[in-house]
Amino acid sequence: MSTQTAGGTRVIQLILAWSFVGIPLIWGVLQTVRNALKLFH
Amino acid sequence: MRAFAFLDRERTVAAPGFSRWMVPPAALCVHLCIGQAYAFSVFNLPMTRLIGITHPTAGDWKLTDLGWIFTLGIFFLGVSAAVFGRWVEEGGPRRAMFTAALCFGGGFLISAAGVYAHEIWVIYLGYGVLGGIGLGVGYISPVSTLIKWFPDRPGMATGMAIMGFGGGALIASPLSVWLMARFSTASHIGVAETFIVLGVVYLIFMMVGAAIVRTPPPGWQPAGWSPPAQAPKLVTSANVYVYRALRTPQFWLIWWVLCLNVTAGIGVLGQASAMSQEMFPGKVSAIAAAGFVGLMSLFNMAGRFLWASASDWLGRKNTYFVFFILGTILYALVPYTGRLGSVGLFVLFFLVIISMYGGGFSTLPAYLRDMFGTRYVGAIHGLLLTAWSAAGVFGPVLVNYIRAYEIAHGVPKADAYNVTMYLMAALLVVGFFCNLFITAVHERHHMAAVQGEATLAAQ
Repeated sequence: MSTQTAGGTRVIQLILAWSFVGIPLIWGVLQTVRNALKLFH
Repeated sequence: MRAFAFLDRERTVAAPGFSRWMVPPAALCVHLCIGQAYAFSVFNLPMTRLIGITHPTAGDWKLTDLGWIFTLGIFFLGVSAAVFGRWVEEGGPRRAMFTAALCFGGGFLISAAGVYAHEIWVIYLGYGVLGGIGLGVGYISPVSTLIKWFPDRPGMATGMAIMGFGGGALIASPLSVWLMARFSTASHIGVAETFIVLGVVYLIFMMVGAAIVRTPPPGWQPAGWSPPAQAPKLVTSANVYVYRALRTPQFWLIWWVLCLNVTAGIGVLGQASAMSQEMFPGKVSAIAAAGFVGLMSLFNMAGRFLWASASDWLGRKNTYFVFFILGTILYALVPYTGRLGSVGLFVLFFLVIISMYGGGFSTLPAYLRDMFGTRYVGAIHGLLLTAWSAAGVFGPVLVNYIRAYEIAHGVPKADAYNVTMYLMAALLVVGFFCNLFITAVHERHHMAAVQGEATLAAQ
């Protein structure tokens, strides 16, 4: 499996960059969904 | 050698092989942070009892005083986006993101000092003025870079970044509550410490974005993609100089399109909790209403990405037609949900409406790209954000005052929002016609035709 995209950016760099923003965003979304569902019960 | 040469636009040009998919996370680093602004209200109540601790006491700040912090922040967002737009565009994204990080992070640190000293004017200056400038510069900083990297899907690219602005509050709200709980004791409320942590975290997070952002080399195009031979009639390949755009009817028509779409959404966004409880007395509790507000935040965020992405296929003008037609129908039907007693329909209608409110923000940069080209799209976008500031005043005022007027004239609370809903529908009809009148920008406004003016401006 290639670890580079078109010889420049490494796949690991892409994974790190997207995780850096994706993990906090998913955490925030889950917190909101959890609160919303809890409150509607 | 200049100390900050690494911020220059020339130093951000991507090397061969750089993946454009690194740029959306860079933009999100900024937008996820500055989106915190929508969650600032979590500090309001704790800041009213910094002295009294358990309840407000003499010398504590009042909610009306604290409300000015957010108002100043949003005001300076609009002003700085308009004033610094050209500087952002010509200086490049890294310089803008770096500046935004210093302003926004620094604003929190200064505000922490204001909380320690219990001087509210320091917070006005810190979060309100300096932080507000960080908001404005940060908001527009990645727009044109994303559009240049994604000429094949500009709506999706800018939608991703502006979705981050909606998502930032979802992170900041629980994070701030958690931090305040960690730093609070029986004799102290940990607002200042929370400000320090947030300031440092946001500074670092935004600096990461500034470090990884890259601009495409001149003439770069995605592999296997070339501009369509026959571009849609509203899409230009020319550029319009930022201040020249102000002289086109298209700029002002789009200004009204944004202003009316945002007015219709922002008015109910702030009143959603009270409205749901008053329209359905006994059916919607305060707790359930809070859950409804949370769902609206999610749909606001999701709408930013989905509608902007859809606009790449539908076309920008058609996407706004959907907002205005569907929005008008839904607003006009909202009073019937009250008469039917259908909470489910009420929630569904407002979730769709609020998704289109978010979509109105995120589809805008691509619409401006289509009309005015890529060269100054970020700066033109900055100027257009004054429509957001205006809508921020019109929307809540319309909803609040009409409701108060109705109640004062004997209308039951459950029906007090009906006139507002019909008025919002009417505003969207006006927006529909503004959108209808938008045509391609005349060639005389293109930069090639006004080269002298552009050269002068560049100097």
